[in-house]
Amino acid sequence: MTAPAPGQALRRALGAAFGGAMNLLEAPMRLAQAKLRGGRIGWVFVVPNLSVFGLFTFLPILIDLVYAATGGNQLFPAQRPYVGTANFRALLACRNYLDPNTCTRDLFWHGVYNTAEFVVLQVGFMVGLSLVTALALNRPGRGRGFFRAVFFYPVLLSPVVVALIWKWVLQRYGVLNALLSALGLAPHDWLLNATTAFFWSVFVSIWAHMGFYTLILLAGLQAIPRDVYEAAAMDATPPWRRFRRITLPLLMPSLLVVLVLALIRAVQIFDEVYVLTGGGPGTSTTFLVQFIYQTGFAQQVREYGMAAAASLLLAGVLMALTVLQLRLARPKS
Amino acid sequence: MSGLVGMLTARRGRLARDWTDWASLAYLLLGVLVMFLPVLWLFASSLKSDQALNAFPPTFLPWEPAQVAVPGQPGHLPLMQVTAGPLAGRRLAELRHIGLMAQMLDPARPGRVLPIPVRDLRPVLRLHASWSNFTDLVRRFNFFGYFWNSVLITTLATLITLLINSMAAFALSKYRFAGRDAVFALMLATLMVPPTIVLVPNFLIAARLDLVNSIWGVIWPGVATPTGVFLLRQYMLTIPDDLIEAARMDNASEWRIYWRIVLPLSAPALAVLAIFSVMWRWNDFLWPMVVLNRSSVFTLPLALFSFQGDLQTQWHYLLAMTVLTLLPVTVIFLFLQRSITQGIASAGVK
Amino acid sequence: MRSVLSGILFAAAAAWVLPSAAHAATRDIRVMCYSDGNECPVTRDLAATFMKANPDIKVTVDEVPYSAILQSLPVQLAAGKGPDIARVTLFGNYSQYFLDLRPYLKDAKFWETAFGPTLDWMRKGPADHGIYGMMTQLTVTAPLVDKTLFEQAKVPLPGPKATWDDWAKAVAKVAKATGTEAGMAWDRSGHRFAGPAISYGAKYFDAKGNPAVVDAGFKAMAKRFYDWNLNGTVLKSTWAGQATGYKDAFNEFANGKIVMYYSGSWQLNRLLKLGNAFDWAIAANPCGPAACSGMPGGAAFVAFKETKHPHAVAAFLDYLAQPANYRTFAERTNNIPAELALQKQALNYNMSAEGKAALAALLHDAATLSPIAYHLQGYRFAGAIFGATADRIGQAIAGSMTLDQAYKRITQDIATALATAKK
Repeated sequence: MTAPAPGQALRRALGAAFGGAMNLLEAPMRLAQAKLRGGRIGWVFVVPNLSVFGLFTFLPILIDLVYAATGGNQLFPAQRPYVGTANFRALLACRNYLDPNTCTRDLFWHGVYNTAEFVVLQVGFMVGLSLVTALALNRPGRGRGFFRAVFFYPVLLSPVVVALIWKWVLQRYGVLNALLSALGLAPHDWLLNATTAFFWSVFVSIWAHMGFYTLILLAGLQAIPRDVYEAAAMDATPPWRRFRRITLPLLMPSLLVVLVLALIRAVQIFDEVYVLTGGGPGTSTTFLVQFIYQTGFAQQVREYGMAAAASLLLAGVLMALTVLQLRLARPKS
Repeated sequence: MSGLVGMLTARRGRLARDWTDWASLAYLLLGVLVMFLPVLWLFASSLKSDQALNAFPPTFLPWEPAQVAVPGQPGHLPLMQVTAGPLAGRRLAELRHIGLMAQMLDPARPGRVLPIPVRDLRPVLRLHASWSNFTDLVRRFNFFGYFWNSVLITTLATLITLLINSMAAFALSKYRFAGRDAVFALMLATLMVPPTIVLVPNFLIAARLDLVNSIWGVIWPGVATPTGVFLLRQYMLTIPDDLIEAARMDNASEWRIYWRIVLPLSAPALAVLAIFSVMWRWNDFLWPMVVLNRSSVFTLPLALFSFQGDLQTQWHYLLAMTVLTLLPVTVIFLFLQRSITQGIASAGVK
Repeated sequence: MRSVLSGILFAAAAAWVLPSAAHAATRDIRVMCYSDGNECPVTRDLAATFMKANPDIKVTVDEVPYSAILQSLPVQLAAGKGPDIARVTLFGNYSQYFLDLRPYLKDAKFWETAFGPTLDWMRKGPADHGIYGMMTQLTVTAPLVDKTLFEQAKVPLPGPKATWDDWAKAVAKVAKATGTEAGMAWDRSGHRFAGPAISYGAKYFDAKGNPAVVDAGFKAMAKRFYDWNLNGTVLKSTWAGQATGYKDAFNEFANGKIVMYYSGSWQLNRLLKLGNAFDWAIAANPCGPAACSGMPGGAAFVAFKETKHPHAVAAFLDYLAQPANYRTFAERTNNIPAELALQKQALNYNMSAEGKAALAALLHDAATLSPIAYHLQGYRFAGAIFGATADRIGQAIAGSMTLDQAYKRITQDIATALATAKK
């Protein structure tokens, strides 16, 4: 235990510094207030955020449009020749849309299909497992905080760390294969087989993110009034029925939020899988964002235009998902 | 101990004990294994020497071949147990082996080289934690430099994020002005623009503003987060306007109202945003990788990934580096676990 | 009003953010460096003595991972934010940003005589006579062999005229006899692949000098390599394990999981550190019907034209190029010199007999290089050729596409890269 005095002194000093800094802004803000009538002072509060936002989110989207309509490998838009929709056409050109190998940009389509498959599997299993975990955690008892913390812990880890942890577990001479050998089973090159590599990509990403969604669902469960259950207990409703008739309908709003948030994140999957598998074996875990990164940043001749075009297509999908989320969230606020 | 028993046999309050209690307990215990064992395994492995890491099957504890100093030989030599032949049972130091024969020395009588078939030798193991993995790393890879960069970026970015997002949220929740709804809609529309999509243009802008290879280049692009504004605005909407009106009566300036009244009242939401921001910043990867190219400004995850290639042959360093990267987050989490999980849960349902 | 306000705020933010103007008259030059072994620390030592003699120049050596040289440096240069000097390998990636040192060198003639042929590698074409940098070393791809495993299996080491087919048979036999995971592994790199392909007749260019990568010779080696991967002669994880990018297999070699490792001379430092775990050697490049070639290569310190201090940059590089300093660099880093005069002298390497034997083998490997290998190494878009080769053949091995599809993709990828670069 540290003595309270130094801590308090530190806190007081920090408070004073913060107050002082804020007071410094008092005079200019009063001036602005005198100039701006009514609610227009609001602009002064919005502008810092809005300028950063405009500069690093909105302007880049506009620049992306320019990139997508130009070719060559120059970085500065002014030096790039206009190519119209050629980038989009190249991305979307396929003889048979079901077989990425017949497409002009096969890696893009591998990315599209892998991402679609990943989203369905990862979101489906993750939301299901989060729900189960939240239900299991939603019980009184002293261990709850501990269990909740354990499930949440991986959420805090950097994707690189997550990937390295699992790479170490899954490698040819790793602990998982050692356990299998000890049990008399054959060891596997987990990341060398397309199916198992994909499975582990999904698994690792669920492992890393599930805790976050579990917490949201847990909060949703705790918001359900207890007496509803007690009435059910009185009727001796079996657990499964109790869950379907009471818990699930009341949890639906939280579940929808979780579903959409998870969807949006899953579409953007990149970091942890990139470090874990490098997109392999072959192209079996190459996702859309990796294609963008690869095309724009990692190959010898960088195709910024192609990367931007793919980005915009991805942005379209995400925009649609966001609208969906707002639709679902609206009745609540 | 009784706490543990209570924990393990916890039931759902006054409701009848049924199979779901046992199923959920079993599930949670299994979950703890899956969630925590890999991390534990990482910690255990990071203490192994390069040799011990290559042993298969691996052991949990860092067993490694014992070394012995032999007079007249530079450095240490691996110690071997002779399992067969005339010298069976003796412990000898291996000078070197060529093909199937090893040249052995008796540490007590180092004068004579004894040729022994390799198959009759077994390394003598000893328990040895290779703290040198960590100390070497700190010496070789400027760990504290990366750590400091990460801390600096995380702290500054979080402070700026809190300030400008709360200002914007304040305006969007407490004022009516022309264009307010347009601003809010614009931010929401880009709520989920992933950083990858604007990677190239952002780099261009950062280059124009001379932010490349500067920690500010990492900090600025992410500070205006629509998520943060949204979260804070929703919270501030619940603060009664009467409070603000009362302050205006006392001739408080709008700025004062913001930082003396609204900001303290929004503390719970600010805390959640702070947690998010720290998490995002500490683990941020792709954007720093693009904008920082001098190892002197690298952040921890970046250094970890970048040296992954160079360290590929040196898992012992890579694992130690991974442990060092996740350690600070883990320690913070240990202390703030309750408020972090509760804060996020409450923000999630808002 | 709004715009004024945002302008003020922005100016304030900018003033805070922008670094204060450089203050002193010292000329700062930054060197972005990567190490295979200890190249950067040695460069730093040489820079320290250089700065003593030139107190008005300050040289900072930034050591970065190789991936930063490949991925970040080109973007930095495109944005005009690059270093003054960098140690790079694929020159075509950066050649549009090179600084011609001729106007700034005391004695450009000395550079021509000292480095002659390797200067061409940094040039954009036959009409280009610029001097853009200095090769820090020559490298050559070569097989690293685990002699201990060969002895244990009682299989004789293939001789200097043995073909890749002979080697494949031999290492597979050794792997089987010793219970080793695979016979051999190649670095996941189109550069590594090129030597064997050239030995089997690949020409890489047509009569006009345009890239024509997939020909009968290329296919002959690709098919073999593909089959060897599938039948376990070659360790599959190196090429099939990831979708793109470089990967080495030194760890597998160091831990006795492969019998032969096709990499190159830059691994010498790591080999020397292996200790007495097993006996290793560097062998002659295996032959094919057309040649017994590996690939040449090496890194160079190159200068960039964005630099504010071209004279200081040239002075530092000239200092490094001086025979005495160059010799120090080569001897301390255990590298083969690119300086022609030094190549003929006996350098005083501080290494074991095993290391010296390896160095002799590498010099032999350097002597058997095909002219096509030199031409390919000097080609501006070699990076695109190497990248497409490794990625597509790797994807075929992993089963994402057939070998025939991979051939088509290699041709197409290279064509796309060339078209993009021409715009």
